Parts: sequence; C-alpha cells; structure tokens
Amino acid sequence: MTTSTLDRSTAPATILSLRGISKSFGAVAALTDISLDVAAGEVVAIVGDNGAGKSTLVKVLSGVHLPDAGTIHFNAQPVAIPNPTSALDLGIATVFQDLALCDNLNVIENLFLGRELRPARLNDIAMEVRSWELLRQLSAKIPSVRIPIASLSGGQRQTVAIARSLLGDPKVIILDEPTAALGVAQTAEVLNLVERLRERGLGVIMISHNMADVQAVADRVVVLRLGRNNGDYKVGTVTPEEIIAAITGATDNAVTRRTSQVDLRTIQPTVLPDGTVEPPSSENLNDKETER
Amino acid sequence: MTNTATRPSDLQDERLQNREGIRGTIAGFVDKIRGGDLGALPVVIGLAVIWTVLQILNHGFLSAANLVNLLLESSPTGVIALGIVCVLLVAQIDLSVGSVSGLSSAIIGILFVNLGWNVFAAIAVAVLTGVVIGWVYGQIFNRFGVPSFVITLAGLLSFLGLQLYVLKGIGTINIPFDSPLVIFAQLAFVPAWLSYVLVVIAAGGLFLSDLAKARARRGAGLSAQPLSLIALKSGALLIGLGFAAWYLNIARGIGWMFVLFVALVLILNYALTRTKWGRAVFAVGGNVEAARRAGIRVKTVYTSVFVVCSTLAAVGGILAASRLAASSQSSGTGDVNLNAIAAAVIGGTSLFGGRGTAFAALLGIIVIQSISSGLTLLNLDSSFRFMVTGLVLLLAVALDSVSRRSRTSHGRA
Ligand SMILES: Nc1ncnc2c1ncn2[C@@H]1O[C@H](COP(=O)(O)OP(=O)(O)OP(=O)(O)O)[C@@H](O)[C@H]1O
Ligand SMILES: [Mg+2]
Repeated sequence: MTTSTLDRSTAPATILSLRGISKSFGAVAALTDISLDVAAGEVVAIVGDNGAGKSTLVKVLSGVHLPDAGTIHFNAQPVAIPNPTSALDLGIATVFQDLALCDNLNVIENLFLGRELRPARLNDIAMEVRSWELLRQLSAKIPSVRIPIASLSGGQRQTVAIARSLLGDPKVIILDEPTAALGVAQTAEVLNLVERLRERGLGVIMISHNMADVQAVADRVVVLRLGRNNGDYKVGTVTPEEIIAAITGATDNAVTRRTSQVDLRTIQPTVLPDGTVEPPSSENLNDKETER
Repeated sequence: MTNTATRPSDLQDERLQNREGIRGTIAGFVDKIRGGDLGALPVVIGLAVIWTVLQILNHGFLSAANLVNLLLESSPTGVIALGIVCVLLVAQIDLSVGSVSGLSSAIIGILFVNLGWNVFAAIAVAVLTGVVIGWVYGQIFNRFGVPSFVITLAGLLSFLGLQLYVLKGIGTINIPFDSPLVIFAQLAFVPAWLSYVLVVIAAGGLFLSDLAKARARRGAGLSAQPLSLIALKSGALLIGLGFAAWYLNIARGIGWMFVLFVALVLILNYALTRTKWGRAVFAVGGNVEAARRAGIRVKTVYTSVFVVCSTLAAVGGILAASRLAASSQSSGTGDVNLNAIAAAVIGGTSLFGGRGTAFAALLGIIVIQSISSGLTLLNLDSSFRFMVTGLVLLLAVALDSVSRRSRTSHGRA
C-alpha cells in the first residue's frame, strides 16, 4: 500500500475534479462552493456530520441532482452530468445510501438493471453466473439470486448494491456509507474490495462515519461541514481527533469530551417500580459531564 | 452439507432446503402461494367456480358451440386488456382505451367502407392513430407530470367526442359480410388438423426450449429442471391444449381472431419477460427512482407503454368492428373500457405496479366474458352482468391488496 501511495504521488492523474459546486434545496444550501479532486488509484474518504451534504454531493456526481453552480472535470475534460445515464456512461458508478434497488425484481435482475446482456433475448444464464461470481467475490451470504430483493436482509441488499456498481467498467466508484449495514466479514470484504479497486487504478470515493474504516483504506480524507469544505487531509499525517474536530467544527466537542471523560457504564438506566426501564435522561447525562 | 462440491453453484448456501425434482417444485409452489405470490391461481380457481355454477344453471353454457363463441367474443376486449396490463405494470392507468377503440372502429368504417380504401391501408391508419394517441399521452405525462388518470380521462372524453363527430350524420356503418375483416372475425376458423398441429408445436416447442435451457444451465454449473419435470410440463400442456382443441372442434373450432389474440399475448409475454424493455417496465413499476438511477430512460419507458396500450386499443377497436360487422357511434362505449381494465386486474395484474403478466389479460377477459355469456344464456340483462362483474372485480382487487400485504410480511413485495 505504501509503495502504491508513493507511485501515485509521483504521477497523480486527477480523474475527477470538482470546483465551486453549489446546490440548494429551496432555502437550504446543501452544498456551497465545494471542491474535490480524485486521482486514479486513490481512495478519498468524505466525512461529515449528518446532513453535512455528503449524499447530496454524491447525487450531483451521479447525475441525480444538477448542481446550481460549479464545474466538473472528468479526465481533464469539462463535463455535465445531467442524468444518471450520463454518469454511468462516463464511468461513474454509485452505491447510494438508500441503495436504490427494485423490490419486485430478483437479485440478478437488480444487478443487471439497465445493463442486461443480449437486450432482445436476455441471456439469463450468463447473468446468473456473473451474479454469483460478483457476490462470491464480496463473500455475500445470499441463499439464492432468484428471490426478490424484498426478501433479503439490509446487509444483503447493501452487498447487492455494491456488487452492482462493479458491473460494467467503471473508472470511479462512489460508495455512500457502504458498510453501514454490513457484518464484520462483509465489512472486511468491502474494505479489501476498495483496496483492490485502488490497485486496479480506479478512483474511489467512500463516505463513512466509521473513522477506523476511513483510516484503514483511505488515502485522503475530505471533511464537509454544513455544506462546505472543512479540511482535506492526507491519511497518516492526521490524527482521528483532528478529523473529528474538523467534522464538528471545534476541538472541544461532544465526541472528544465523551471519549476522554465520560464512562458510559456509569450512567445507569433507572428501573421504574412497574418494571419498565427508563433511559438515562439528558439532564442525567449533563450532570455526569458537569461533574467532571 | 457434505456434498457442497457436487451441488450446482446456485444452490450451495446451506440454508437452502433441497427443492429439486418434482417434489421440490411442488413444495416451492406451495411456499410461493403461502407467501402471497398468488400468480394465476386465484383467477384459475375463480374461473372453475364460475364455469361450474353457470353450467349448473344452464346446461348449454359449457357446450362447444358456446365456448367457441365465448373465445371469439373475448378477443377484441382481450387485446385491449393486454395494453392495460402494460400501463398497470408501470403503475399508471389508461381510462381512454374504450374511446380509442371506438375511434379506431369509426376510422375503419369511414375509410374502408365509405371511402372504399384498401383494407390494409384503413387498418394502418387506425393503428397509427393509436400509436400517435399513446405518444401524445406519453409526452404530456413526461413533460407536465400530469397524472395518467387525468390525461386519459381527458382522452376518454375527447376521443369519444371525435368519434361522434366523424360519424355525425352517418350513424352506423355496416361492414360488408364478404369483406376480409368480417370473414376473419366471424367465419375464419382454424382447420381441425391445423389446430392439432399447432398444439403439438406449442407443446414440442415448450419441451425443446426447456430442454435446451436446462442443458445450458447445467453446462454453466447451475441447477436445472430435471427431464422428468420438463416432460411432465409439456405433456400436461399437450393434453390440456389437445383436449381444448378437440372439444372446440366439435363445434366450429378455434377462430382465427382468437389465435391472433393468443399470438399477441405470447408476443407481449416474451417482450415483458425476455427483453431489456420488459425488465425496464417492471423496474419502473417497482421503483421509478431506482430505475432512473440505474440508467433506465424512464420517460421513454412510460411513452412506450402508453403507445403499446393505445395501439392495442386501436387494434381491439378494429377487431370489435369486424366482429360486429359494423362501426357506430356506440362502438367502444359502454362497458368496453371497464371490462378491459377489469380483465387485467382480475387476471392478476397489480394496481400497485411492477407485478403481472400478459396472460392476466387472457385469463381475466375469459372470466368476464364467461359471466357475460352465462348471464345472457340465463336471459338476464346487462344490469345483472354489471353487478356480477363489479363484484368479481372487487374480489380481485381485494385479493390483490391482501396478497400484497402478505407478500410484504413474507418478504416478497
Ligand atoms: N431532496 C432533497 N430535498 C430537500 N432537501 C434535501 C434533499 N436532499 C438533501 N437535502 C438537505 O440537504 C442537506 C444535506 O443532506 P445530505 O443527505 O447530503 O446529508 P448527508 O451528509 O448525506 O448526511 P447523512 O450522514 O445523514 O447521510 C440536509 O439538510 C438535507 O435536509
Ligand atoms: Mg448521506
């Protein structure tokens, strides 16, 4: 991994470059003047609080939302991404946070949706074989690929959505919280996959709330805060505390306070006389924090 | 699982119960029904009940002569219902199919009879009218986002008005009995020998295609239907269709118009299940946003579906005029619209989109036509027909909603 990082630093071929991207929904400015660069063979993690605008940025890149302002360069060419088809045509594959699968279709049909083999006489067998290959590669625990997506668990669906992004020949893969619902083995597989994608020279954008995952695979961490760029760090030169400070916008924040001072176990839930359990109230929490 | 290595690559998960062979197929079928994936089962059972009751009430009902007629009567509205299946699959509706079919009847009457056009030219114009109407619906739907319910309601009124306008002062146009249209719809029957040949081709075709598919699947290391099951299925088809052909041949046999209807069902079934377009239709009906993000041109899919529906409505109108040997101001009015929509729903097409087959139109229209024919035989007028058909429709929709709920709880949404 370190060698490849060095290789890249000598020849950084920026594959995707955003400048000044803004997007508002009515009165809410979800993105303001965002810049982002992704090189071939680079894993860029985008982190930020809930509502920071990460998914909105992903949707701009995948053609779901049109930006209000800003430019996008793909392979040094200025491009517009007016719809999902053009994103896919450029080679930008996305795993959406809400997965975007069709419940009434089965796993194979979802995987190949929009990219069916042999359009006029579907080649079910080739598609099924390829589906199994992809899913095994991700250690997917899916009993059958011929059952509707609706009957899969959340993590199984997420695996299907990830597998779908690998079909075709993408140049950039965007993963919006890809491991949020995954088990330990599947998370590890996804992280391995991200590393394999990097070795194959793809640009990977990964959104995650999990600092450990980010530190494990990302080359760079881009922080969004309230819809603005709030830091761009090289992994290895930055501590998790610094990233968290950038995410929350303060060094003295709830996360650092919690990790350094509060021991959760000292906050006991109250058992009421009728046997029900009352969660610790917020005053309780504050008490504990002020006690320090 | 000791034999994991020897199992087909799609059946290696150890949680999978062994569902191979004929027993496994039956067990899988029972699972599906329990899970609310009813498929054609309710309509087949419903048809059996309706036929039994009507046969008890009137012994002429299941006579070959009556069934021959019933199938011919089913065809025009059945073709229209086929289009309705398509729009329902994308969770839209077309309320104007009756008016479009009436307009198409009027066009045939005026061009072919009154103006003496070549029959094919007249048919082409009528069909093209359907294409254009569907295209316009698609454009309005895509551009302005008006609900299809409203667009086609406007279409219902407008095209009915247009039909009345072009037939103003003419009233009813009789299509000559010796014209190819009327001959096709009333007098042309498949010769007995040919009907058996067609049955053998159908069963043999199913057998060979299943066999080829099983071989290819096994070659690719996937599970496949055993030979016994394939033989059983095509054998059952052979016997079933063979018996039907034999029984209908006691009377006049199978009308060519019904053959056309079945051919359209098979073509649409192929398009929906075996082509990229069909996948797109189901995807749009299941989750439009997911379909859009998968790169499907959703607007094109909507337009294509509206075009298919209006075109089939126009074809249905031509068939109806041919069957009646007349086109008039009342063609396509009355219950045509509702029968076509009811047929699609009764046949098992979900109103919620993303669920249904082309065969729904075939089965549904036979149910509706059976009720109609049975009540006519009992000398009950259309008031009863409406009430009974309404009741059956309500049952079908209720079943759709209940099975949808059951599917959700069994994870088959
Ligand atoms: N379709 C939409 N319509 C209106 N507002 C939206 C829409 N999508 C997002 N927003 C708003 O934009 C802001 C950013 O949302 P976004 O989904 O990008 O956050 P996020 O960073 O992905 O958060 P999370 O970590 O919770 O996934 C939020 O304030 C949200 O309310
Ligand atoms: Mg998000």
